[in-house]
Amino acid sequence: MNRFATTPLVQAKLRQEALASYAALGMLVCILLPLFGMVGDLVWQAAPSLTWQFLTTAPTHGMREGGVRPAFIGTLYLVTISLAVATPIGVLAAVYLTEYAQDTWFNRAVNIAVLNLAGVPSIVHALFGLGAFVYAAQLGYSILSASLTLAIMTMPVIIASTREALLSVPRSYREACWNLGASRWQTIRAIVLPNALSGILTGVILQVSRAAGETAPIMFTGAVFYKAIQPGTLLPYALDEQCMALSMHLYTLSTQTPGVAASIPNATAVLLLGLVFLVNSAAIGLRTFLRSRGK
Amino acid sequence: MWRRWRKLKEAFIEALIRLCGISATIFVVGIFLFVCREAFPLRHNPDFHLTEFFLSIQWYPTSEITKRYGVLAMIAGTFSVTLLSMLMAAPLGLGAAIYISEFCAPRPREILKVLVELLAAIPSVVWGFAGLTITSRLIVRFTSADVGVNLLNGAVLLALMSVPIIVSLAEDAFKAVPDSYREAAIALGATRWQTTWRVLLPAARNGLTAAVLLGFGRAIGETMAVLMASGHAITIPHSVLDPVRTLTANIAAELGEAPAESTHYQVLFLTGVLLFLITFVVNLSAGLVIRRERRS
Amino acid sequence: MNRIEVRDLRVAYGDREVLHGVSFDLREKEILAIIGPAQSGKTSILRCLNRTLDFSPDARVSGAITVDGQLLDRHTDVEALRRKVGMVAPLPVGLPLSIYDNVAFAPRCAGISGRAELDATVEQCLRRAVLWDEVKDRLTISGTKLSGGQQQRLTLARALSHRPGILCLDEFSIAIDPVTTMRIEEVLRELRPELSIILVTNLTQQAKRLADRTMFLLKGEIVELADNGVIFSATPGDRRTFDYVNGKFG
Repeated sequence: MNRFATTPLVQAKLRQEALASYAALGMLVCILLPLFGMVGDLVWQAAPSLTWQFLTTAPTHGMREGGVRPAFIGTLYLVTISLAVATPIGVLAAVYLTEYAQDTWFNRAVNIAVLNLAGVPSIVHALFGLGAFVYAAQLGYSILSASLTLAIMTMPVIIASTREALLSVPRSYREACWNLGASRWQTIRAIVLPNALSGILTGVILQVSRAAGETAPIMFTGAVFYKAIQPGTLLPYALDEQCMALSMHLYTLSTQTPGVAASIPNATAVLLLGLVFLVNSAAIGLRTFLRSRGK
Repeated sequence: MWRRWRKLKEAFIEALIRLCGISATIFVVGIFLFVCREAFPLRHNPDFHLTEFFLSIQWYPTSEITKRYGVLAMIAGTFSVTLLSMLMAAPLGLGAAIYISEFCAPRPREILKVLVELLAAIPSVVWGFAGLTITSRLIVRFTSADVGVNLLNGAVLLALMSVPIIVSLAEDAFKAVPDSYREAAIALGATRWQTTWRVLLPAARNGLTAAVLLGFGRAIGETMAVLMASGHAITIPHSVLDPVRTLTANIAAELGEAPAESTHYQVLFLTGVLLFLITFVVNLSAGLVIRRERRS
Repeated sequence: MNRIEVRDLRVAYGDREVLHGVSFDLREKEILAIIGPAQSGKTSILRCLNRTLDFSPDARVSGAITVDGQLLDRHTDVEALRRKVGMVAPLPVGLPLSIYDNVAFAPRCAGISGRAELDATVEQCLRRAVLWDEVKDRLTISGTKLSGGQQQRLTLARALSHRPGILCLDEFSIAIDPVTTMRIEEVLRELRPELSIILVTNLTQQAKRLADRTMFLLKGEIVELADNGVIFSATPGDRRTFDYVNGKFG
């Protein structure tokens, strides 16, 4: 006789366990199915336009034909300039807030404020960018205004992720360095920053994809529906000009341009998604690599 | 000599760091003050009344004869879309987090987490586009609605956009529960589901609350997806198939046409202040919930 | 001449005073042991001596400390002071650098960059900390990969690398095995002719074995400071010393 024979109670328990497991799995599928369904549908619809020419030619016939080159280059401009501004300031600000600032109520309040500002809606940044950079600083509708708006939007997130990376470096390392007669900066430079680097980099890279995908903050500060650029040049825009951008282009194509072939906005969406996924995968890969090397 | 040079260099670097810290703080905190400042002249404006702003559903900012600046319909739109999306996103997100952290084997778990991260990275304009082309068709086919861009469409998109945040934060909350709790429950003969339901959920309660709150914060501030996919009618919705306009979509739709310094422009900034305060309170309370957990 | 003179040292964290006016001297080339139960303020004394208490924002210090005849105040070059007063922390900390860089860290911070000089310092310090034979073939691996006992000797080597005149050890044996403890004690005996050493310890037997003089600290006050012969005799100056040394409380 089997002493571990299942009783009705055990059977009920196991049924419940299986049911719960499948229910949870079902919820996960409900989340991931739209992801695959959407990406699949976009790629399927976009297929006729997914050619190399799409990336290298300008839109023609009132944007109903042709490619997205000016928008693609515009997005590169915006991302590069905004991150070039936000990264050094954000990282150094995080160093200040975690390593230098004394633990006073004022600094605590600043910390909480900065961390919470990471969640402010992008449309509020759009308002700020329009009022502050376009009008008050008189930069006009320009790449510079749009990039600075994106920089302000990404900076709190960079500060937050950098801060987290810095705090993950054990305090005992810092104390050991201080005991050896290293100054604050020598400690940060030799021990803290190298050990926080992977976290800092991952945070910054994730902001690259966020800056590339945002539409609202650039819509009123520097991105336009259409702008002709010189073919063949690598740097066709000047900083005080307006530019096209992929996200803005997709919005325009899908809401303001009647009679456009379905494959063109779909291909733009696929390109934007591809860009974002590529950048995020790079961040995830880098994180995994540095983590495995650290252990 | 060398020592003096080094001290000078360090003093310079420290000054730079301090400068960055202070300027970043000023910038970041300055957003709120600036947006407020742009809305401030409304105080003396005879065309504008704060009670009308909050309690009227009439929004005629460009009318020649009677300008009206009431955002009640937009507030109702924002909250109806966001709450409906949370009704979908919260259970889905928590269920998925339970699967990933408690039922899944370690190797697929890493893959699933990467997929959730990629889901979080999809730009909102792409969601909006998918709302126009995919979900709106599905809604027309499966419901009685004539037009697919409506409250339901916006809510579905917002749910999909905020669910990754809920999943990853809830997963963190489950991970933060010490393994000794799980071992103790299993030693008492509990199944994995019983452990999750009776031990982990109560233990991770604060973290899960914060996860849902932050998902809510993300959904309420979302702009492009709701602008493109939830219709554009300034009415208080009566069913999930009615079109709505949210506060964010309203700013995005009209900011381009509002001349600088006009009342219309200032009212849009006031809407921005309102949005800022709502999201700030939501995020702050999520932070407080987490901190209370850490303390106890 | 005394290497360190401490007069009426008081330390408070917020409203809680943990040292209530402590005065003592550290003589040339002696080992002074500080014993006492947990929370009696032993570590706070050490952190005052090398001014790492500066990094605790809520700590307030009063009193006077003189190191080699110089009074510590706002104008003190704290980095130079910390090089003069070496410190070994209770838990071994291998910095996430190579073993070589761990030991060369302090000289480099002090501006020494000559390869030959650094090589010599690294070898000499690792030898003195009896770690050289175990690691001489793998100086490039990370210091965090060593065992706990090895890391504590690495910490000692690092503390010797900036040629301190005074060495402070804070319960160095708390996280390491007895064999390593005995080896480090041996090293300290060898160092005694060159250095003045303050040894904070929770092991009264360790103080008895190593120290010339021992100070018994209780709740932030010195109960007794005397030669080992007195402290560990049957009739120390204070009844509480006898009780503590013989394990009646603490």
